[in-house]
Amino acid sequence: MIFKLWATIKKDCRVLIRDGIGLSLMFIMPIVLVVVVTDIQNSTFQLINKNKMAILVCNRDTGESGKQLIDAINKIGLFKVYNLPKRQDVKTIVDSMKEKDALLSVIIPGDFTRRVKAKAKSVSNKAMVSFGLQADSVQKYVGDVSPLTLYYNPVIQQQLRFSVKGGLQSALQIVESRETLRTLYFAINEKPLPEKLENEMLSNKAAINEIPVSKNGTLRAPNAAQHNVPAWTIFAMFFVIMSLGGSVVREKVSGSFVRLKTLPTSYAVGLLSKQITYVAVTVIQAVVIFALGIWGFPLMGLPGLNIPLDVFGLLVVTVICGWCAVSYAICVGVFAESHQQSNGFGAISIVILAAIGGLMVPSFAMDTSLKAVANLSPMHWCLQAYYGLFLEGSKLTDVMEYLIPLVLITLVLQLITFLGLKQKNLI
Amino acid sequence: MVADSELAVNIENLGFHYPGNDGVIFSGLNLKVRKGERFGLFGPNGAGKTTLLSLITGLLSADSGTITLLGNDVRKKNNDVNKMIGFVPQDFSYYQELSPVENLEFFGAWSGLSKQQIRTRTDELLDILGLQNVRNKQVDKFSGGMKRRVNLAIGVIHNPAILILDEPTVGVDVQTRHAIINYLMELNKNGTTLIYTSHQLSEAEGLCEQVALIDVGRIITQDSLTNLLKEHKQESLEELFLNLTGKEYRNDI
Repeated sequence: MIFKLWATIKKDCRVLIRDGIGLSLMFIMPIVLVVVVTDIQNSTFQLINKNKMAILVCNRDTGESGKQLIDAINKIGLFKVYNLPKRQDVKTIVDSMKEKDALLSVIIPGDFTRRVKAKAKSVSNKAMVSFGLQADSVQKYVGDVSPLTLYYNPVIQQQLRFSVKGGLQSALQIVESRETLRTLYFAINEKPLPEKLENEMLSNKAAINEIPVSKNGTLRAPNAAQHNVPAWTIFAMFFVIMSLGGSVVREKVSGSFVRLKTLPTSYAVGLLSKQITYVAVTVIQAVVIFALGIWGFPLMGLPGLNIPLDVFGLLVVTVICGWCAVSYAICVGVFAESHQQSNGFGAISIVILAAIGGLMVPSFAMDTSLKAVANLSPMHWCLQAYYGLFLEGSKLTDVMEYLIPLVLITLVLQLITFLGLKQKNLI
Repeated sequence: MVADSELAVNIENLGFHYPGNDGVIFSGLNLKVRKGERFGLFGPNGAGKTTLLSLITGLLSADSGTITLLGNDVRKKNNDVNKMIGFVPQDFSYYQELSPVENLEFFGAWSGLSKQQIRTRTDELLDILGLQNVRNKQVDKFSGGMKRRVNLAIGVIHNPAILILDEPTVGVDVQTRHAIINYLMELNKNGTTLIYTSHQLSEAEGLCEQVALIDVGRIITQDSLTNLLKEHKQESLEELFLNLTGKEYRNDI
């Protein structure tokens, strides 16, 4: 039995080594993917945090609030501000965006200061009345400050646009709050608000300390590599379908199955051999991609990958993820009637499983129904287990809750494969 | 009457139809092949030759009746039955990415041979079938004739008592056909029972002592080739074949 298994593993390894296209799909493609995606995400991170986004500001306001707003936008730290002449029309502003390679531009309306002051006066008078003090006269609601107009290049993703909008609203809040404070202070004390006090009231906001939650107590902030390398390693593992699914189909089509059935050995040996061989391949894929993340990424100017402290846990998770990927590939291979079917269905189904499994869009950003669907994707459980180790500093025992569903999915795939082989009279 | 102990293959009252297909392929079919015989099974396309061989090798299961190989029921599908048969299918049923040696190593292991036995048999077979100089070359680069010889070598690596050959010489040159037939005769001399199908009837005449003609799932006639030719007053197997199965085209779908 051991000799038969060993002979079969040798045969499977030889067939695999001679499948150049399958090998390149399993190794080169995921490496390219992981480098490209990490680089893109890292560039986005640098665009926001280091390089700053260019923003054109056309201040049509002649008062001080417009200038204060530009100052506040500068202080956010997210933007590199370019001022445009007051009289620019929209077309010229749009053209300037292209010239200056700016993704954003803001128009401050001509009556901005007047409206800010009117609103501040109205709020101040209401406050005076509320305090039981004498106000000039309680003005009726004067309406909001005229809206700013934000032009943006459609290439900016929604998530980033929301961040930009949040930044601008924060700047607006500072301008409006300052004017209201000044007006209210003057109404009470009949003298201007001292600059020191104004700064204390507006600028001395409580700081936000960002601390990544980890189970092992380390305070290492995750980088783009920590997010991308595990995700695309899982994708690579499932891409063994391009070689393994095709190999199962080839065996059926070439008639090798027929001959094997006439020999005094159970096909279970064949299936066991394929699983051992290709699980080993998935572990090698993981080692290659992790090594690239640790040593290759820093050479390419990308953040390096930090390996989890629980290396044994990492090995166990990798082997179980690989086993699930291999079981899926064999299952598809058994049901596919041709190489084309196996490759076509295999590739598309893996992209879908990756999408719903949270490899492309984080599952926390999905709506409730999609989150439920994500549970059906084995890649979701693989990703959760890897994120537990790579991002949360978890140990193997902590990620067991993700490994158990993964093993169950794998066993279901094995059962389907067995039934498929039986139904097709192949075992 | 032949005693059961003298039979290599004994088929009694065989009934079979393909699942999902209403048409009956075999109904009450009987066939006996003696030990050490060179037996030829011939018939037009769609007659049921390959189906019958698949039933004998256990690739398909009969609906009714029994098939015994050297006294063992095929339906039990045990390793003893599988060890005594060698099957050479019509297709190249092996791994074309591998060399002849690598294929023989794998199929030898699955046939239950030890590492040493595989090594010895591989050398023997590669010598006999003229593949020694290409033993480590990938088979997918071989000519059709060389691929046929590899197909045969794999089928006989474990020295089976019964060798079942489904068109083993289709598409090969004269030299290869000659080598294959000679080797099959040699195997038979050493006691291997041959069950052989082919459309090469002139080749079959030289090889087979016993012949059965099958058509539309029925054995039309079975006897020694000499007796059949005498009985039907024909001069060759081809004439006998046309005489008994007709000259119309057969469209096997």
